[in-house]
Amino acid sequence: MTHSSHILICRGTACVSTESQEVQNELEKQVRERGLSEQVRVVHTGCFGFCARGPVMVILPRGTMYCEVRVEDVGEIIERHILGGEIIERLLFKDPQTYEPTEKIDEVDFFRKQVRIALRNCGHINPDDIEEYIARDGYKALGKVLTESTPEEVVNIIKKSELRGRGGGGFPTGLKWELTRKSVDDIKYVICNADEGDPGAFMDRSILEGDPHSVLEAMAIAGYAIGARQGFVYVRAEYAIAVERLNNAIKQARQKGLLGKKLFETEFDFDIELRLGAGAFVCGEETALITSIEGNRGEPRPRPPFPAQKGLWGKPTLINNVETLANIPAVILKGPEWYASFGTEKSKGTKVFAIAGKIGNTGLIEVPMGISLREVIYDIGGGIPDGREFKAAQTGGPSGGCIPATLIDIPIEYDSLLEAGSMMGSGGLIVMDDSDCMVDIAKFYLEFTCDESCGKCTPCRVGTKRMLEILERITEGRGREEDIDLLKELGHGIKETSLCGLGQSAPNPVLSTLRYFEEEYMAHIRDKVCPAGVCKKLSKIRIIPEECKKCGACTKVCPVGAIKGKPKELHEIDPDKCIKCEECIKKCHFKAIKK
Amino acid sequence: MTEQCKCTNGEDNCCKKGHDEKLEKLNSILEEFKGQPGALIPVLHQAQQVYGYLPEEVQYHISQGLGVPLADVYGVVTFYSLFTMTPRADYNLAVCMGTACYVKGAGELVQKIRDEFGIKIGEISEDRKYGLEATRCIGACGMAPVLTINEEVHGRLDADQLEEILQKYKTGEQSTTHA
Repeated sequence: MTHSSHILICRGTACVSTESQEVQNELEKQVRERGLSEQVRVVHTGCFGFCARGPVMVILPRGTMYCEVRVEDVGEIIERHILGGEIIERLLFKDPQTYEPTEKIDEVDFFRKQVRIALRNCGHINPDDIEEYIARDGYKALGKVLTESTPEEVVNIIKKSELRGRGGGGFPTGLKWELTRKSVDDIKYVICNADEGDPGAFMDRSILEGDPHSVLEAMAIAGYAIGARQGFVYVRAEYAIAVERLNNAIKQARQKGLLGKKLFETEFDFDIELRLGAGAFVCGEETALITSIEGNRGEPRPRPPFPAQKGLWGKPTLINNVETLANIPAVILKGPEWYASFGTEKSKGTKVFAIAGKIGNTGLIEVPMGISLREVIYDIGGGIPDGREFKAAQTGGPSGGCIPATLIDIPIEYDSLLEAGSMMGSGGLIVMDDSDCMVDIAKFYLEFTCDESCGKCTPCRVGTKRMLEILERITEGRGREEDIDLLKELGHGIKETSLCGLGQSAPNPVLSTLRYFEEEYMAHIRDKVCPAGVCKKLSKIRIIPEECKKCGACTKVCPVGAIKGKPKELHEIDPDKCIKCEECIKKCHFKAIKK
Repeated sequence: MTEQCKCTNGEDNCCKKGHDEKLEKLNSILEEFKGQPGALIPVLHQAQQVYGYLPEEVQYHISQGLGVPLADVYGVVTFYSLFTMTPRADYNLAVCMGTACYVKGAGELVQKIRDEFGIKIGEISEDRKYGLEATRCIGACGMAPVLTINEEVHGRLDADQLEEILQKYKTGEQSTTHA
């Protein structure tokens, strides 16, 4: 049966939180009631990436994209678009600056500059239906390697593509495969690291929700290349939708004979099991992850031996991140030369980023390596909202650093980001504007790592705590000038002596903000002022005399009676009484009260 | 929400039935995983689903059932933040404290809830109805700031909208709509 229209509706986590499930139910109901089931097919897909405008819907064959679709809009969509062939302008995406509507999904700026390899199927297929994955060449790469290539040849293809680990470290994937392949043992394992823990990062979750089979297929290919028959996906228990779709995908693949015994009628057996994390950030570190699968506290252990030699239950183990694996089938089918044609000399291919924070189009994007930060923020991201100014971009989460506005033209690739004191990380990109305090941001990340430190090694356990105490006193106005040097000394010490990646990178957010925003630290320490007005203990709320209309509204709203002045008299805030609740700022109609 | 089992020693007859049912479920979970390597964490996940939390008695039972020392069970339970040894509130208000939510004002949501119920992060109200928790990034950054109440996700919130949602829960008119 061929349908003349397909309605794709996003059912990623963000869109689900804005009722995309209800919209889909209503669509299906109305299609049925109007007797259109023969012509119209409603398909739920994974993340389109355009989370800021969710729920997102695309209607094929035209490719019309409707944003922020509500249940009430469904009738009109069927009536006017499907039956009447009209475009409903009010639901189209409108440029935040010019208010010009754009009809088709591939004409929107947000999508135009993207190159989608790892995300090739996200938003195009129903992740709960293996047939749709197969229809887009799914499991063809697995069939190809099993019937045409030797394991060595597969490893060589991956090496030639120059794909590097997308989880953060950037270790060459082909080399990792080769090392694990060369370890001699009867039993080996493939692990997919889906313990995505960086705050602000949701690349892996979106891939698992939108295209789980690509990861399963890649794991089977990896198993063939290194000589493993068993794989594990270690996924965060918090990712409920991803877990459900993975379970479903594994079940369907087994039914089709694409996982299990004698795949593609060869002698190769491979099966995959899920393991749920239990909320420990350190388990994203490979040795900690292995310890956790073994059923223990997720504490890392020293390397060497590397997992490639001694991993899960002491056996050689290959650990790859979700995004790395999602690239593999495409590399096999289209060839390593094709893949390496994207990107820069040392960073090939594409990278998925989750862009969030103070940016117009929050969402998920995939761009060629080497694209500039400016293009990502302004051309794809739609710039900074509310007329504010770009201050810094944070990449790499708690292990990364802040890139200041002066470096906005920096190409995004592994090495240039490292040089700038940050790192690629797993792909979280948080944009900050002039209302964000960099000392506070550094403190935020350090609180995170301090809390998530597993406690096994002293530099990380005690050192991050000491750094946090220093930052706390700086943000509370008790900072000392020597604190800057002390932070640097401690930071470098922790980096050099910690056991695992968590500790080795924990000081990065502090060191990178010190490098670019030392003046802001000094303003906190010397002048006892938070220039962005974020640190409450340092902020002073004041009334601008020229703007004040002397209406008296603020004096009534102040819960502690800190504002003096009757109506028609200039008002003044008593700093000793003020508790900085900011109620007066919200109340003032003339924006005459500032912090 | 399943009823809270208070009779950990099985003496209290009023909820003995509930107690037995839960024990039976736990035993079948132990049966399923027994002898499998790395079984402890999956078992704890499922046990927590049955009991709502992991009190000492349950941990002891798991330790016996799997043949894992109680110290190891306790060590794992206290290591991972998703496992809890205290009963949960009826409504668990979890404010996402990921970076995106943080820079978009998650702190204000926490403050609002504190003012409203007089509970700090990690506490539950005296009547056990409301609990406040700060969670790690749930990955709904496009909707920042985000709050989940039990399983329901509310996104793009400001203090006023939160007030509205909280009022609905307070007056017993449980919100079924997502923000």
